[in-house]
Amino acid sequence: MEAHMDQAVTAAPLVEMRNMSIAFGGIKAVNDVSIELRQGEVVGLLGHNGAGKSTLIKILSGAYPADGGEILINGEKVVIASPRDAKRYGIETIYQTLALADNVDSAANIFLGRELLTRWRTLDDSAMESETRKVMARLNPHFQRFKEPVRSLSGGQRQSVAIARAIHFDARILIMDEPTAALGPAETRQVGELTLSLKKEGIGIFLISHDIHDVFDLADRVYVMKNGRLVGSARVGDVTKDEVLGMIILGKCPEKAVPGPGAA
Amino acid sequence: MPGRETWLRRRLQIGRDTRGAARLPPVLGLKGSFVVELFRKLELDLRLVGMLGALAVIWIGFDVLSGGVFLTPRNIWNLSVQSASVAVMAAGMVLVIVTRNIDLSVGSILGFTGMIIGVTQVWILPTVWGLEHPLTWIVSVIVGIIVGAAIGTVQGAVVAYLGVPSFIVTLGGLLVWRGMAWRVAEGQTIAPLDSRFLPLGGGMQGSVGAAASWIIGGVAMLVSVILLVTIRRRRKSFGFIVRPVWAEILIAALVCGAIAGAVLVVNAYPLPPGIVRTMLEAQGLPSDGPLPDIAHGFAIPVLIAVAVGIVMTFIADRTRFGRYVFAIGGNPEAADLSGINTRRVLTLVFTLMGALCGLSAAIATARLQAATNANGTLDELYTIAAAVIGGTSLSGGTGTIFGAMLGAVIAQSLQTGMVLLGVDAPMQNVVVGLVLVAAVYIDTVYRRRIK
Repeated sequence: MEAHMDQAVTAAPLVEMRNMSIAFGGIKAVNDVSIELRQGEVVGLLGHNGAGKSTLIKILSGAYPADGGEILINGEKVVIASPRDAKRYGIETIYQTLALADNVDSAANIFLGRELLTRWRTLDDSAMESETRKVMARLNPHFQRFKEPVRSLSGGQRQSVAIARAIHFDARILIMDEPTAALGPAETRQVGELTLSLKKEGIGIFLISHDIHDVFDLADRVYVMKNGRLVGSARVGDVTKDEVLGMIILGKCPEKAVPGPGAA
Repeated sequence: MPGRETWLRRRLQIGRDTRGAARLPPVLGLKGSFVVELFRKLELDLRLVGMLGALAVIWIGFDVLSGGVFLTPRNIWNLSVQSASVAVMAAGMVLVIVTRNIDLSVGSILGFTGMIIGVTQVWILPTVWGLEHPLTWIVSVIVGIIVGAAIGTVQGAVVAYLGVPSFIVTLGGLLVWRGMAWRVAEGQTIAPLDSRFLPLGGGMQGSVGAAASWIIGGVAMLVSVILLVTIRRRRKSFGFIVRPVWAEILIAALVCGAIAGAVLVVNAYPLPPGIVRTMLEAQGLPSDGPLPDIAHGFAIPVLIAVAVGIVMTFIADRTRFGRYVFAIGGNPEAADLSGINTRRVLTLVFTLMGALCGLSAAIATARLQAATNANGTLDELYTIAAAVIGGTSLSGGTGTIFGAMLGAVIAQSLQTGMVLLGVDAPMQNVVVGLVLVAAVYIDTVYRRRIK
């Protein structure tokens, strides 16, 4: 454990976002926010609706271009101008909306934008279905509705498809935006277990949630945002849930937390 | 209302994936029904089966009402030729509508590109090559297709990159290209056209004859069977469940039967005596005795339309581009987030639509045997109607090429049937209009139900 910690401290972080800013129509949705994520670490991003956490993360996943700041992957500066760029750096995202094309089946969704092709450059649906069966067997062993459009699947099944799409392509950095918002207790637990097993594989995970309990169960550290600014960060073991709630609601940083520019 | 619900579901593809295989959800409570079980085993698209059923009802209905004039080889052959031009455009319109767009300019693009084709082969090429050069027809058609594709690309780029709604861009296009069609020759009608070009419209020399029809039909049957076997083998090699053998054989038999039936019908329609006599005289044979029966066979415009249908179905179902078109229609944001260049795909959809307008213009112009600036007027509405009747949803994401082409045949059948019954032209438009509204109404009911 000690050795692991040392290594984690000396090596460059998996992801480092420095002084990120983005504005929409004059409103600073993200204002001078810096965060980092290390290998095998689960980091929670907390804040009210509109605090800027989803927006910050969408910069990393290539959905929004940042107005300012820089992104480093393994210590190297990178430019992420599109979702395609993000995927090239091993950044996969499970969006809050799931971002599934409802009218096509699970295989088509999992491979969307990264289709397997036959040697005649046509879609290899059989191969994609076969891969889909493999990855879904790991996530949702009872899933059998491979030929149906995802529109007709249950909330949990749709979630599995979205997760399968993120983990199938050897993600190194996984962004989970409210991954359990639409799920029941059993499915939520399943997602929790999956999160921990991915962490063991050394994947770095950003977990965005407004549910503080979820985050305390799974995360190593938390960042708290308020009105687009970073209130601070803390190791989960160092702070209580009430103290984190204070950060979320009042922007008040407790003693053991590292205050950010947005701290009251 | 279980009966009504079943009908709706059949017509409206509940539980069907983009590849066309249908599943009835168990909520229907019809699991044990023999017919449903049969369709489940066959993995047929129930919606398409329903459309074929509707077509059969229309055909038989008109045949009874017209006293047996409708279901004759002659009428069916003519019907197929009359459907071809709109069917070609409907194949492109499906992709446009699937991406949640619309193209109101296709009739005008047809008019404009038709004039371009006419001017190219009557005014321009003869000054270079002289009259009736063997390459004139094909070069003029290619020019028409390229011009159509260019127009589509411009309109598509305005929609995709400048963010102007396609309704507005193509409404503008409807006015612009109709006006430009007039401008090309200041309203003159261009004729006579090249003799090698005219067969594209059907007409006198516009069919391939009995022997060629059998060869085409035979090849089509062979390819269908090979495809069925290949797909089965491939799915089996991945360990997926495949249809029972009897179901595969039944499907192969149905497909081959339909092809053979089509060949028999077109071969049962003999050429008129006048043409047979001309043909005999052209070959130096005596033409005064009893004339032999020479069959029409498949009309060339129909073969073009079928080829377009096959190519477009391939593009829609088997290529990345087609997959992206459907994904954009299902969820544009998701398509963007998965790294698809949605703007480029959208532009290409309109490019394809424009190119098909150019091809359709060749068929329509050849059929008219003249290029006129009014050619294709109102065709945008027939094309959209065909796509919508054929199950393309205006809310995007769903539609099949085959369905749209079938929709074109259904719309044309209604019109032809009414002509045979002596219904006047204004009344025909009334009926086609009502059918269109009814089809969209059904689509709306379907949307509400699956919410």
